[in-house]
Amino acid sequence: MSDSLINDLVNPVEPFLRSDRIPHIWCPGCGIGTTVNSFARALIDSKIDLRSLALVSGIGCTGRVAGYVKLDSFHTTHGRAIPFATGLKLANPKLNVVVYSGDGDLSAIGGNHLIHAARRNIDLKVICVNNLIYAMTGGQTAPTTPDHSTTSTNPYGVFEPSFNLPHLVEAAGAVYVARWTTFHVRQITKAMSEAFQKKGFSFIEIISPCPTLYQRRNKMGDALDAMKYYKEKSKVRHGAPTSEVGMTMTGEIIVGKFVDRERPDYQTMMRAQYTESLGERYVEEPEMVCDCS
Amino acid sequence: MKADPKGVLTGIHFMDGDHACCEGALAAGSRFASGYPITPSTEVVERFAARVPTVGGAFIQMEDELAASITLQGAVWAGAKAFTVTSGPGFSLMMEHIGYAAMTETPCVFVDVQRGGPSTGLPTLPAQADMMQARWGSHGDYEIIALCPNSPQECFDLTITAFNLAEEYRVPVMFMMDECVGHMTEKVVIPPAEQIEVVPRRHTKKSVEDYLPYGTNGDLVPEMAHAGDGYNFHVTGLTHDERGYPDMTLPTQDKLVRRLQNKILNAVDRITMTEEEQIDGADVVVISYGITSRVAQRAIEAARKKGLRVGKLRLITAWPFPEKKIRELAAKVKAFVVPELNLGQMVREVERAAAGQAKTFAVSHAGGGVHNPEDILKVIVEASRCRTV
Amino acid sequence: MAKGRVSIVVERCKACGFCVEFCPTRVLALSSAFNSKGYHPPHVVHPEKCSGCDLCGMYCPDFAIFATKTDPVKAGGDK
Repeated sequence: MSDSLINDLVNPVEPFLRSDRIPHIWCPGCGIGTTVNSFARALIDSKIDLRSLALVSGIGCTGRVAGYVKLDSFHTTHGRAIPFATGLKLANPKLNVVVYSGDGDLSAIGGNHLIHAARRNIDLKVICVNNLIYAMTGGQTAPTTPDHSTTSTNPYGVFEPSFNLPHLVEAAGAVYVARWTTFHVRQITKAMSEAFQKKGFSFIEIISPCPTLYQRRNKMGDALDAMKYYKEKSKVRHGAPTSEVGMTMTGEIIVGKFVDRERPDYQTMMRAQYTESLGERYVEEPEMVCDCS
Repeated sequence: MKADPKGVLTGIHFMDGDHACCEGALAAGSRFASGYPITPSTEVVERFAARVPTVGGAFIQMEDELAASITLQGAVWAGAKAFTVTSGPGFSLMMEHIGYAAMTETPCVFVDVQRGGPSTGLPTLPAQADMMQARWGSHGDYEIIALCPNSPQECFDLTITAFNLAEEYRVPVMFMMDECVGHMTEKVVIPPAEQIEVVPRRHTKKSVEDYLPYGTNGDLVPEMAHAGDGYNFHVTGLTHDERGYPDMTLPTQDKLVRRLQNKILNAVDRITMTEEEQIDGADVVVISYGITSRVAQRAIEAARKKGLRVGKLRLITAWPFPEKKIRELAAKVKAFVVPELNLGQMVREVERAAAGQAKTFAVSHAGGGVHNPEDILKVIVEASRCRTV
Repeated sequence: MAKGRVSIVVERCKACGFCVEFCPTRVLALSSAFNSKGYHPPHVVHPEKCSGCDLCGMYCPDFAIFATKTDPVKAGGDK
């Protein structure tokens, strides 16, 4: 079959995939796979020790990323990827911990954890694939669904305001905040590479097509139409005030790196506090690994 | 394996059950806890927060119990022994993650210092009304282990046991304290580290090629890898095959869920701990656990003074329920009397296990205090008069 | 002479058309043929124009296509 077409060449993403689980479950034109391409290339570019890398997902379409990447990967419960990742990172600070999940998972059911992890500045790289809808469950309203669009649970139109995620996480304390769309594959790669170098809570929002549930219901065409829209209506504004990057259904999408600042991360602050308060009584363990058989 | 002396506060102490539980966790090798404040359990993590930086670990106070109950599981997969502590309302919020721990076979300990409910109920007063929730609270079929200490000393000793059982069976263990036991201050003897047996993690030594994250050996418990070990393993709460990959098919579901149950049910005799007194020849056996077992003791002794033949069976392990033991006993006695600080939970298990061979009498109490021993005594007297079934 | 070469795993393709649309040198077109899932995978219509930039590979949500730079030493030797 088709594998013969590859000859001896290898897709750069292939070594990072559990190839025995491909094809994946994502719909034709779903942008999640596209973001995984950028993720793989960012891993190559940043030369991260893959052994030290753990990827944590919640539930939903993007939550399935954990099952497709050939890394230590955890598909946790709905909304709780961030606290699970927090435990991984605190118990073994040598791990590079990436949270890869969707907008509903991270900002609705997991919204409390999102803001508190940002506040604490836990050293996590959060990749939020924002398809503007609950896709896995059939197209219900998400906190990110733009005003006036139609969903299965707002059949007469969404009338509640949506979250501006970059603004939210900046206010909560994130040290790195960027937004791109799946059209911006190279910029996503660069943003991920930058986040990997950053110590602290980093948040990358990637606007991504959901042709099956968001666009179809809103008569917005297919995935390619979404990509063309991203191409036409995206405006790169690095350093834009995040209060100005809220999204509408068909308006322009402000993209770029909005926040890149320094703040001590949770573990740095923890160690400083214990050292100051306990002096020599403080026992700093590089890893909290228990004795094993 | 012996305990790491760093975490063992060897000596004779005067401390409450909550603090003793914390010392038990440290002695067992736990170096990580995530929690959320809730009366009457908070003292456990308050002490842990003060102690753990001096033994090499961390405590984090999370934003809610949903977070607290999964953060510890992240820590476990990074290699730590970890636990969380809560009371009824928080325990309700933690149910999803008890299911996640059961499904992913994450060894960990959930401490529930029980208070009166439902809802906010009686924050500073005791109950034993979370016993069925501990067993059945999360959705789906699964088994857990639950232990019931009745003194600060047992809060120390059995917390170590709880961690050991969690590691041995890769299962979440419920540590079912109650407000009385948690806030009661008594003598607690912490032995030297070399006298404390600690069960190590079932950490795999297999090669990356040979390792199957959920492949099992004869005893149905798979070996574990930690993040960073290089196995590139996958963990999911979805129904999964031996590779850990999602596989939502009937045969995989059947195989997985039965194994999760059988690894515990097949070991009931090894897991079960009870305390028995004058069971042989008894007409009536009082079955109790936690603080109620101490109140019942007085009633039992009063009944014996009246010439009644009363035995005592204390459930140290509540789950898995020692069904066989109760059934065998039911064939020999006239009746069971089951006092508990709820309106009838474990008594149903006793009745079910007795299977009509002996009568079962509940001595229920809505919580907020302990029984008056007289109330238990009355039921013992009534039970001893009943005809053999 | 082509500077790059496209590889396609037709059975993984779900025919979103991203690769065809965003190829900077218009190397690809959707084929009229079906793969076994009923999708029309892309095929190479202008191999000589491929620069090997791998933008197709970066866009493909199904990991079904990628491009590599042709080894200048072996250039022309289409193995």
